[in-house]
Amino acid sequence: MSETPQTPALPGQADKSGSGGYITTKIEELVNWGRRNALWPMPFGTACCAIEMMATLSSRYDLARFGAEVIRFSPRQSDLMIVSGRISIKMMPVLIEIYNQMPEPKWCISMGACASSGGVFDTYTLIQGVDQFIPVDVYIPGCPPRPESLIDAVMLIRERIKRGERQTKLYDRTKHPLDFQPVNLVSDAVAGAPQLTGTRLSLPGKDAAQNG
Amino acid sequence: MALDFKELEKKLRETFGASVLDWTEFRGQPCLHVKRESIVKVLTFLRDDAKFEMFTDLTCVDTLRLPDEMQPKYAERFTVVYHITSLEHGARLRIKTYVPEDPAEVDTVSSVYLGANWAEREAFDMFGVNFKGHRDLRRILMPENYEGHPLRKDYPLKGRGERDNFPKYTEIPEA
Ligand code: SF4
Repeated sequence: MSETPQTPALPGQADKSGSGGYITTKIEELVNWGRRNALWPMPFGTACCAIEMMATLSSRYDLARFGAEVIRFSPRQSDLMIVSGRISIKMMPVLIEIYNQMPEPKWCISMGACASSGGVFDTYTLIQGVDQFIPVDVYIPGCPPRPESLIDAVMLIRERIKRGERQTKLYDRTKHPLDFQPVNLVSDAVAGAPQLTGTRLSLPGKDAAQNG
Repeated sequence: MALDFKELEKKLRETFGASVLDWTEFRGQPCLHVKRESIVKVLTFLRDDAKFEMFTDLTCVDTLRLPDEMQPKYAERFTVVYHITSLEHGARLRIKTYVPEDPAEVDTVSSVYLGANWAEREAFDMFGVNFKGHRDLRRILMPENYEGHPLRKDYPLKGRGERDNFPKYTEIPEA
């Protein structure tokens, strides 16, 4: 037992053996390096686009290559919201609530025509683009977008993280308390209109316009 | 054993008289038109005596903007359509009943067929048809705080501002 075990050199005490050393960087860049290589997505898959998202995560397209395969079904553990699918007025409060629950910093991908603009569903029930209400970093066109498009979006997100950019810097918690209360859905114009009486519901102006 | 629809029609007319408005057939699909007051009795009869033991569907049609020549003969504003199936005879039957605009009311058949429960809730949610006697007539598709019945033809397609009425996520301006 004559040999003493070799203690590895501490940073700053590098010998020339290659066993230790240090690099200099900015803490922000180091943190961003970590963030962009370990994106944990929150899948908000509500429709057909979610199928493409699943394909992207599967072994064929392998999002794990970019460290983004750990799908988190808890918003508190994730930092990348992928809105893939139609968001209806019943789902929007849920989306806002989940988005609020994600810890900062967070990024958001709006995947597909529906999430970005309502797509072909220009109807009473569909949100015409989630970016009206939550901040979106990258939009993906397509119906549905191919998995390559989603990978491209993730690459863009990585690029943004590298540059230290994100759509949400801070948000006003007084305006957006975490215990989000659903708003009254109908605009003031029809507030107080009869609901369960079975009488004909009409808006004089719009009705006249529709009847020509 | 195939069901003799001619026989069934005769029996229905005998039992219910003027409550049976009509019996039509379209491409081999029989359809029974009844007055809304007797819908529960007719369906009970069909279930117990004619062995239509399965409830397939219930839906509603708003005929408000149909051109005149397409309006159903017994036109009221709404047509409530029931589909029932007989597993014993391997037969299907469609029943139509006509509901006016005001009051848009018809007796519930969820006491006859349990399967009608949610179907009636859907018709209520979308068309505002009130199913009298239903135990739990709540919205089923639209959010609870929604107002109006969106599949009514006088409901604007793009809604009345519901979809634009959420709080916006705003940034605090940097100091
Ligand atoms: S964009 Fe197309 S594929 Fe995606 S949710 Fe909408 S309809 Fe479905």
